[in-house]
Amino acid sequence: MKYVAGVDVGSTQTKAIIVDENKAIVGRALLDMETSMVTVAQDAFRAALDNAGIAEGDVVWVAGTGYGRYKVTFGREQVTEISCHARGAVSLFPMTRTVIDIGGQDTKAIRVGADGKVEDFTMNDKCAAGTGRFLGAASYALEMPLAELGPLAMKSTNPVRITTTCTVFAESEIISHLAKGIPSEDVLMGVHQAIASRCVSLARRVGIESEVTFTGGVSRNVAMVKLIEELIGMRLNVSQDAHFCGALGAALFSHDRMFGAAAQPALAMAEEA
Amino acid sequence: MSTATVQHPAPTETDDFDPRAEGQRLIKDWYAQLETANARNAAVANVFVMGNAVEILRAFDFELVFPEINSLQTGVRKASEEYIRLSEDYGMSPDVCSYVKADVGLILKENEHPAGRIPKASLAVASNMCGTFIKWAEIWERWLKTPTFVLDLPGQRAAGWQVRPGDAQHAADARWVEAQFQELIVQCERITGKRFDMDKLAEVEARVNKMVDHWNNVMALNRQCPAPFNAMLDGLTYIGIMNVHRGTEEGVEFMRRLEEHLKAKVGRGEGRVAEERFRLLFSGTPCYVSMRRLVELFETWGGVFAYSDYLTFAAGGMDATDLRYDTSRPLESLAEVTALAAQRGLSNQFFAHERLAQQIKDYAVDGVVFHGIKSCRFVSSGMADTREFINKRLDVPTLYIESDLIDPRYWSDAQIKNRVDAFFEALHQRGGGAPLARKTVATA
Repeated sequence: MKYVAGVDVGSTQTKAIIVDENKAIVGRALLDMETSMVTVAQDAFRAALDNAGIAEGDVVWVAGTGYGRYKVTFGREQVTEISCHARGAVSLFPMTRTVIDIGGQDTKAIRVGADGKVEDFTMNDKCAAGTGRFLGAASYALEMPLAELGPLAMKSTNPVRITTTCTVFAESEIISHLAKGIPSEDVLMGVHQAIASRCVSLARRVGIESEVTFTGGVSRNVAMVKLIEELIGMRLNVSQDAHFCGALGAALFSHDRMFGAAAQPALAMAEEA
Repeated sequence: MSTATVQHPAPTETDDFDPRAEGQRLIKDWYAQLETANARNAAVANVFVMGNAVEILRAFDFELVFPEINSLQTGVRKASEEYIRLSEDYGMSPDVCSYVKADVGLILKENEHPAGRIPKASLAVASNMCGTFIKWAEIWERWLKTPTFVLDLPGQRAAGWQVRPGDAQHAADARWVEAQFQELIVQCERITGKRFDMDKLAEVEARVNKMVDHWNNVMALNRQCPAPFNAMLDGLTYIGIMNVHRGTEEGVEFMRRLEEHLKAKVGRGEGRVAEERFRLLFSGTPCYVSMRRLVELFETWGGVFAYSDYLTFAAGGMDATDLRYDTSRPLESLAEVTALAAQRGLSNQFFAHERLAQQIKDYAVDGVVFHGIKSCRFVSSGMADTREFINKRLDVPTLYIESDLIDPRYWSDAQIKNRVDAFFEALHQRGGGAPLARKTVATA
């Protein structure tokens, strides 16, 4: 059996996925960005190999994606995370027409056609407001792990309104609310509402069509899922593998190269300095 | 992917013309001429590229300073940040138009520009084609005591309706503009000590007519596939000459030779890039500080800007065939054309969807790229609606990117490259041409 892989080097975490000739996921890995991008990409790939129980030589094509896609030095192709998240989302939920992804520094909305191809996309520009980094600021101010933010926010009964759109200033606004004695859950729910509102605004720019699939690390946050669903009036598709969606898409592009029905050229073979 | 009909005109003459080098030479000579203007006691006028009555000023031998071009040249020469920071240190907000801020920086640097010293103006002509023009001219008036003349050019009267040549409204608009030209002429006579010469105005207009004819032909040549020039790189040199040398012999000769040069190129079947994969239309204003880089990001994928609406509105809408001067009645004709050109320049914002729909067909483009300007909401505000129309109603792929005219702090290379690459990946998925075997593209 031969395998292909996708490695998604993001701003806060790196994800790797290995799929077999039948497009079944056989290995996963997720690492925090603690060392250089090149090293983390290699480590994540090796961890995914270990998880799959296969050797490096069994993998015949690797595609890199994410902002650090050119740091996947062993990759034979680089594809943007826009194409990869769309591809991964459609693979997980074939009726997907809209993809919402909240990442560490990017929030993106992608409209895909009935054929699963990208029709339009939009992203936050020049500013990290409304991205996962906003939650990072809350996590820091509250001295609380990211994973606990969503469940605590769900306990809110009277959320505050976070008025600043700047991630840096948000931290001081959060501290200011806490100093006034406002319960943590109400402050946190305000933070979630601010992010959800900006994210849905982006999605409306490309036109929200059912089904909507939520990808990226923040999709594991229950409060964010609930708020976005309320704002768009639709249920969100959220997979256990949502966090790996970009890496999965990259692996599927790799699959096209090696096992596709027709020989398909690589989308991008550029190497960056 | 592209559907442009290939009809190669026959080559015309031996081609030893380098438009870029010749364009740069003309711009350099123009700045050198300006540098000595005050010492020669020449009359100098500050003008904008839209709605500027340049023909009247040339009839009085004014030497022309284009502050917008000064500012964009600081960007091209990678010096804009220094000028912008000077104005911000002075107290201007980062949100103010970066052209204005670079110009204020220029004043604070006592007119020392990377291209040479800019002369003190004896007159400034502004118009309402952009609200900022008027406030900008007020800075010169207050700081430098520059006499300022503001042309009030009629704009849109109602949604969904445009003035057409021959309308009663157009005649009324022209009379309104002509009356203002009469006032401007009196002011020019007072400043220069010369009497207005109607024959000289007609001569300038005759030269502008020739330039416009060549310009229209040059634009039409890019309907060929492959496109002989990139509208957002080569085209920027061309439009620079179209503005700076509007109505001069040098301007006519440049445009004549440019047309010959491009005809020869089309005759040889030679395109701007080695292998044209995607034809694109650029809507909006350039990012002069990074335009070469932006074009590189597109051309790496074999994407060429076959057309840009910037080439229309930054020259006052002069690509329309009915905007020719009737030199037998120079002043009336100037007023008629100015009134229409102003409408068309402004219509670029209000009727963008109709115009772009036509240009998408004319230039057989595969996609439209919108460039929003961080420090200019005037040219960026309608882009969302237009983009939606083109994307959803015409099913033509679009890309929105944002940076600035000349402020390098708004250029984010990784973000823009990401969007451009994703756009081409989507075009490719839609059945576009296989991408080129691309070489290294270093992030700036």
